[in-house]
Amino acid sequence: MIEIHNIHKTFGDKKVLDGVSGVFETGKTNLLLGASGTGKSVLLKCIVGLVKPDIGSVTFDGTYFTNNKLDIRQEIRRKIGMLFQGSALFDSMTVEQNVEFPLKMLSDMPKDERMDRVNFCLQRVGLENSNNKMPSELSGGMKKRVGIARAIAPNCTYLFCDEPNSGLDPLTAIKIDELIAEITEEYGITTIVVTHDMNSVIEIGEKIMFLYEGRKIWEGTRDDILDSNVKELNEFIFANRLMRDAKKVEEEEEEQQRAAQK
Amino acid sequence: MLQHFGKYLIFMKSLFARAESSKVIFNRTIDEAILIGINSIFIVAIVSTFIGAVTCVQTSYNLVNALIPRSTIGYMVREMTILELAPTITSIVLAGKVGSNIAGGLGTMQITEQVDALEVMGINSASYLVLPKIVAAMLVFPMLVIISMFLSIAGGYLAGTITGEITAQEYITGIRDDFIPYNVVFALIKAEVFAFLIASISSFRGYYTSGGALEVGAASTTAVTNSVIAVLIADFVCAQLLL
Repeated sequence: MIEIHNIHKTFGDKKVLDGVSGVFETGKTNLLLGASGTGKSVLLKCIVGLVKPDIGSVTFDGTYFTNNKLDIRQEIRRKIGMLFQGSALFDSMTVEQNVEFPLKMLSDMPKDERMDRVNFCLQRVGLENSNNKMPSELSGGMKKRVGIARAIAPNCTYLFCDEPNSGLDPLTAIKIDELIAEITEEYGITTIVVTHDMNSVIEIGEKIMFLYEGRKIWEGTRDDILDSNVKELNEFIFANRLMRDAKKVEEEEEEQQRAAQK
Repeated sequence: MLQHFGKYLIFMKSLFARAESSKVIFNRTIDEAILIGINSIFIVAIVSTFIGAVTCVQTSYNLVNALIPRSTIGYMVREMTILELAPTITSIVLAGKVGSNIAGGLGTMQITEQVDALEVMGINSASYLVLPKIVAAMLVFPMLVIISMFLSIAGGYLAGTITGEITAQEYITGIRDDFIPYNVVFALIKAEVFAFLIASISSFRGYYTSGGALEVGAASTTAVTNSVIAVLIADFVCAQLLL
């Protein structure tokens, strides 16, 4: 479980995060939802320690992370796997070397065990025969898969995904979402996904935190989200015509049911 | 300016703050040394040979006094090459080649979040990426300078003898005349200083790149400009302190 408490962050004159608090539960896919520029990625970077919050704290399974001793922070970081928006694969390494990298750097595993683990992870994300490909030879979806394989290779306890389906076609995006949800459930890890994609919300949003102008203004599950009466959230959700139509159909059905009951 | 210098010093400190294991640094250093060495040897060879050749021809052109022996041409080529041309010109060429490569590579890694990926894994990205580059440059630059010295003197020999400005015997007499071994040591000390400056300044510029492709290009350009200025200042300081 990851807890964040009263996170504030300002860049120059711009307040990006304004007292965000919340809990991200273990074994669930937690979503950080919001429009572009609302501070989702900055919040994620504050959680993993890439950006230091001005005020506030982050706790990983009860262990204080922000401003803690370096060795404790390093210990926690070694349990973190992260999928970046652009995948952030190391250009000079093959797929295999990318996935092997955290194992090589962070563990004493012998080479053959490392290779077994690499092959297992690549197989898990559906990239069995891509070991020797370079990142430049991969499609966007494949890069994301390699990114996920690299993130889970060292048996991470916490998985962070920054807009995992940005730049992907809808079908591949759904597959990536499903993969993240499956891995979360399979390994019982705490996953936080930053997204502004309503498909992800519907597909994998077990717990959702909605950010607006650096503040958390709604929290709930995918079952609650369509019935919320928060104006900003509704504007965000129903910006999409399909969602508006779906809502309209739902309302019409409810009205028909009520009429039938009368 | 002062702010940048302060940031540079903090950056240098961060390389050692929680350095990666010596085995990792060693392996990365060897990789970087091979890259820097192999990728630079051609340009260093071309530049050095022609500088030696041009120095020989131009010295000969200026040497009009019949009382000065022709072997002075060889002597001049040797002195200019060892003291100044080999270490400084080679370093300026390498500032353009290696410096822009380092800044561009690190800048690209920064904007594509590869540096963040290292940090999230708990790896000191500065130590892992930059320290091997600096150590590798300090290992390879003196070797390149030695090659440059050799090729420059050889270039002078070829140019002088082919054009008939000087005989082979005169040239060899000149390059052996009043040889001071300390000058070679001085050139190698300069090469070490220049290697450190070029690698560290270029890494600093690349590491703190933010934005997009345009900023990576700008970081490379700034890295080269700053490195060349630093090399020229250090050249003067070294000459003043060590000669």
